[in-house]
Amino acid sequence: MTIQVKVLARPVADASYVRAMLSGMALTFKHMMNPHKKTEQYPDVKWALSPRWRGTHRMLTDETGKAKCVACGLCPQICPANCIKLVPGEDEEGNRYPLVYEIDEFRCIFCGYCQEVCPEEAIHVGRHYENSEYSREGFVYDLERLTAQTHPVCEMWDPADPKGE
Amino acid sequence: MMLATMASDPVVYGTFYDPAVAVTALPWLLFTILKMVIVFTVLMVGVAMLTLAERKISAWIQDRIGPNRTGYGGLLQPAADGLKNIMKEETYPDAAYTPLFILAPMLSFIPSLITFAVIPFAAPLSTRWGIVEMSVANVPIGFLYILAISSLGVYGIVLAGWSSNNKYSLLGGLRSSAQMISYEISMGMAAVSVLLLSGNVSLQAIVQQQQGMGWNVFPLLIGFFIFCVASFAETNRLPFDMPEAESELIAGYHTEYSAMKFSMFFIAEYSNMVTASALMVTLFFGGWDIPGTQWDNLPPWTFLKCLLTLGFFVAKLLFFLFLYMWIRWTLPRFRYDQLMSLGWKVLLPLSLSYIVITGGAILVLDMLRVPRGVQWFGISPFWAALGVLNLVLAVLVFVILDRGRIISPAYSRLSPIQIARLRAMSAGRSLAAGQGD
Repeated sequence: MTIQVKVLARPVADASYVRAMLSGMALTFKHMMNPHKKTEQYPDVKWALSPRWRGTHRMLTDETGKAKCVACGLCPQICPANCIKLVPGEDEEGNRYPLVYEIDEFRCIFCGYCQEVCPEEAIHVGRHYENSEYSREGFVYDLERLTAQTHPVCEMWDPADPKGE
Repeated sequence: MMLATMASDPVVYGTFYDPAVAVTALPWLLFTILKMVIVFTVLMVGVAMLTLAERKISAWIQDRIGPNRTGYGGLLQPAADGLKNIMKEETYPDAAYTPLFILAPMLSFIPSLITFAVIPFAAPLSTRWGIVEMSVANVPIGFLYILAISSLGVYGIVLAGWSSNNKYSLLGGLRSSAQMISYEISMGMAAVSVLLLSGNVSLQAIVQQQQGMGWNVFPLLIGFFIFCVASFAETNRLPFDMPEAESELIAGYHTEYSAMKFSMFFIAEYSNMVTASALMVTLFFGGWDIPGTQWDNLPPWTFLKCLLTLGFFVAKLLFFLFLYMWIRWTLPRFRYDQLMSLGWKVLLPLSLSYIVITGGAILVLDMLRVPRGVQWFGISPFWAALGVLNLVLAVLVFVILDRGRIISPAYSRLSPIQIARLRAMSAGRSLAAGQGD
C-alpha cells in the first residue's frame, strides 16, 4: 500500500505576505472584540452537567432510610473493572441486605453498568465531579457514604424517550 | 504674500523657544531631577501594566478572559507578579560564569531605560523660572543618541546567552546579535529619510517639522513601514522573536535566569517596546502634536497645553503598544533564514534605494520652490507631493514586489516543471496502488 501524496499547486506568484498578514490581523481583532468568551468561571460558576453524566456513585434509600439494595450480586458480576465488593446478608424475615457494600472509585471506569443492571434501582452513578481526597483509602466508598451522598443521579436514558428513538 | 513664501529659503527647524528663556542653574537641576523621577516611575509602572495588557489582549484574542482574580479586573496582577519575582530564589548555575551572569541583566535593563530620556513627550511648559523642556534631556543629537544606546542592549542578551553556559541560551544570544545587527541598519536607514525632511537630528526639531508640514507617516510611508518592521525585530517581538523562541530554545538567552534577574530581562523587553513605540510616534506621527490644530505648537506654553499634548502623545504611544501585542498574537515566528533574507535582501536594499528616492524628491521639490508650510486647505504642497510619490511606491512594493518575493513562503519554492513532475509521480503511484488492490 503506497501513500498517495497530494501535491497542491501553491500560488507562489499570487502570494502576498502583507495581504495575508492583514487578513490575519482582522481575524484576531474580530476575536478580540467578540464578547462571547469561552472561559468558565469555575469555582464561582459551576459547570452545568449533562443529565447523562456518569460520576461518583450514590445508593438510593427507601422510606425508612435503609439502602434499597437487596444484595442480589448483579452489580459486582457485571462490573468490568471489578471495583464493587459485596457481602450479602439476610435478616430474620429472610430479606437480603448488603453486609458490606464498597465501591473503589479509583478502579471504577464509570461505565454505569451497575446502574443499568440493578433490579431495585438502588445503585446509581451520580452527576457529580468534585471528589478529591487526601488519601487513596478515601476513594473506597462504603455503604454509609454511598447512602449519604445527595447529588443528583444519572439519567441513563432520556425519560421522555426511554427506548432511544 | 504667496510669492514671498514661495521664494523663501527652506525652513530651518530648531527649538520651540529662545534658549535664553529656558530654565537655568538650580531650577534646571531640580526640574531635571523631578522629570527623571517622574519618567522613571511612569515607565516602570507602565511596563508593569503592559505585562497585564499583554496577557489581557492575548486572552481576548484567544476568546479567553485573562487574569481577573487579583484586584479589579486583574489590575493588581503586575504587583503580585513583581512581589513573586522578588521573593523567588535567585539561582546560579554551577557552570555559569558568574560575573557576566550577574552583569548581563543590568546591561540589558539600563540601556532600555535610558533611551527614553531624549523623547519629547509634551509641549514645553512655561514656569516662573523659565521654560521647561518636556523631555528628560533636551539633547541636540537626540536621534543619534537613541541609535547609539539602543544597540547596547544586544550586549546584555549576548552575554546572558554566553555566560549561562547552556546551548539553548547561547543559540538565543547568537541569533539575537545577528538579528539586531541586521535590522539596526535598515532601521537607521529608514530614519535617514526623516532626517532628510527635517534637516536636523534633534527630536524636538523633528516634531516641529511635522507640526509645520503634517505628519511624516504620509510623505514617508515606505520609510515608516521599514522602520516599523525593523523596530519589531529590534525589540525581539514576534514575528521576530528569534532570541527567545519559546518552542525551540526554551526562552533562549534567559533560560537559566530566575527571580528578579529574569524580571529585569522582561522589563527591558517591555521598556524597549515603549521606547520603540515612542520613537515611531516622534519620527512619523508628529510626537506630541495634536492633529488639525496649530494652537498646540505656539506659545504661550500653558499647563493645559502641556497636559493635552502629553495626553495625545500617550494615546499614540498606546496605539503602537497595542499594535505590538496585536501582531504578536497574530503572526507566527519567521524561520531563521527567512528572517535574515528579509533583513539583508529586502529591507536593506529597499531602505537604501528609498533614501536615494526621497533625497532626490526633496531636492527636486526644493528646486521647484514647492512651499513646505501649510498652503491650501490646511495641506502643505510639499507634504502632499511626497505623499503621492510614496503611495505610488507603496503600490509598487506591496502589489508588485510582495508576490512571494519579499518573504519566501514557508515551503521551498517549486518551479512549474517540478510540480508537474511531482504530480505525475503521485498519479503513477495512485494508479499502481489501484491495480495492487
